[in-house]
Amino acid sequence: MCLAIPGRIVEIVDEESQLARVEVAGVRRNVNIGLLDRNSIRVGDFVLIHVGFALSRVDEVEALATLRLLEELGEMQAETAREITEQTK
Amino acid sequence: MKYIDEFRDPEKAQILIREINQLVAQIEACRKLPLQIMEVCGGHTHAIFRYGLKQMLPSGLEFVHGPGCPVCVLPMGRMDDCIALAESPGVILATFGDAMRVPGSHKNLLQAKAEGADIRMVYSPLDALKLAQDNPDREVVFFGLGFETTMPSTAMTLLTARRVGIRNFSLFCNHITIIPTIRAILDSPDLQLDGFLGPGHVSLVIGTEPYEFIARHYLKPIVISGFEPLDLLQSLWMLLRQLAEGRAEVENQYARVVSMSGNKAAVAAVNEVFELREFFEWRGLGSIDHSGVRIRDEFSEFDAEKKFHVPNLQIADPKECQCGEVLKGVIKPQQCRVFGAACTPQTPMGALMVSSEGACAAYYNFGRIDISAHPVVADSERGTAV
Ligand code: SF4
Repeated sequence: MCLAIPGRIVEIVDEESQLARVEVAGVRRNVNIGLLDRNSIRVGDFVLIHVGFALSRVDEVEALATLRLLEELGEMQAETAREITEQTK
Repeated sequence: MKYIDEFRDPEKAQILIREINQLVAQIEACRKLPLQIMEVCGGHTHAIFRYGLKQMLPSGLEFVHGPGCPVCVLPMGRMDDCIALAESPGVILATFGDAMRVPGSHKNLLQAKAEGADIRMVYSPLDALKLAQDNPDREVVFFGLGFETTMPSTAMTLLTARRVGIRNFSLFCNHITIIPTIRAILDSPDLQLDGFLGPGHVSLVIGTEPYEFIARHYLKPIVISGFEPLDLLQSLWMLLRQLAEGRAEVENQYARVVSMSGNKAAVAAVNEVFELREFFEWRGLGSIDHSGVRIRDEFSEFDAEKKFHVPNLQIADPKECQCGEVLKGVIKPQQCRVFGAACTPQTPMGALMVSSEGACAAYYNFGRIDISAHPVVADSERGTAV
């Protein structure tokens, strides 16, 4: 029930009723953005949508940081594996 | 899809699984396994099964499925009340689809609809409000369900109804809050948990601060987690590191949407419309203090419990049901005496079998397949949760 999906804002439809047009997996629909800080979002941003409301902006920097961390972890593992094979040579 | 596909990368999953294996071995050198990790949120339960994460992880790690599935913990009496509302003359009952097959004591909403009650499935509470506008001669009651994730949307809908002056709209409020329930679980003597995966979407509303007591007073680690396979694996890895290093902290894996202070506008909307109930009844868990909210007096014209006569009966679960024990993690779903026999997703006796987020449905649908033979991401499984 707590599922939420990311979508990209393509247009602010109506400032007064706080509606934005958001694209989710190729489909466009209206989403209420009244729970977001209006100054912090613009067209092109990704937001997380739950039952017709955008609940949060998806922070690109944080998302990339998470993925980068996992890449580094993979590099470290490869390094350790190399060291072990060298030691056993 | 952006923010979904990257978090389902099988190679990165393998990296995390290697780290997890190592940490579990390291922990095993100092203490007895298994480690018991509770995933609080039903969305996590569903994801763990759907992606076959359990099969990829060492056997010394056990998941205890938490109570974070709002439909699963709704007591039968509330379901009966909802059906009574739906059957009141002139009423249109609007509900999320999830609730349609939750058993009441005599029937469910689907059966009530077949018998003639006007029940409409909606995607958003705003759709319910629109129904009220389109049907001025009818009373539209929205069946409000869900945790802190869903509460702000209902609150905003009531605020809109008041602003626009829509009088034929009301809410049957069954919103519940997760923190008191986590506390009740921590206080329960039959549970021996080592740590928690915290609910990501509840947390994007309330922030990470409300979980501090878990680390401080109960000395248990908790990691707020996203819903994709990499999110869950990374959160587990973070949790195991805490356990291996003897730390108990609130950590946030899901920083791309969850901040420490949460969404202030959402919390403000919730506080304007709702107040805590003294207690609320949870199916299987019993009454838990301050675990539900009701509509404030200022909004009583939108309160279906004040506008209509609601029977408000307390109905005990059928005695063959062991939903309570499953919810508390005392038994696994397949140990329930009716699991897979009298209780299946087609003929559910308990709500844990109805919702795709319920532990019993997850075991029934995915538990018997050997998913380890499949890749982490199947193409048909795209685009549901972030
Ligand atoms: S199998 Fe059915 S009755 Fe038993 S615990 Fe699960 S949902 Fe409840």
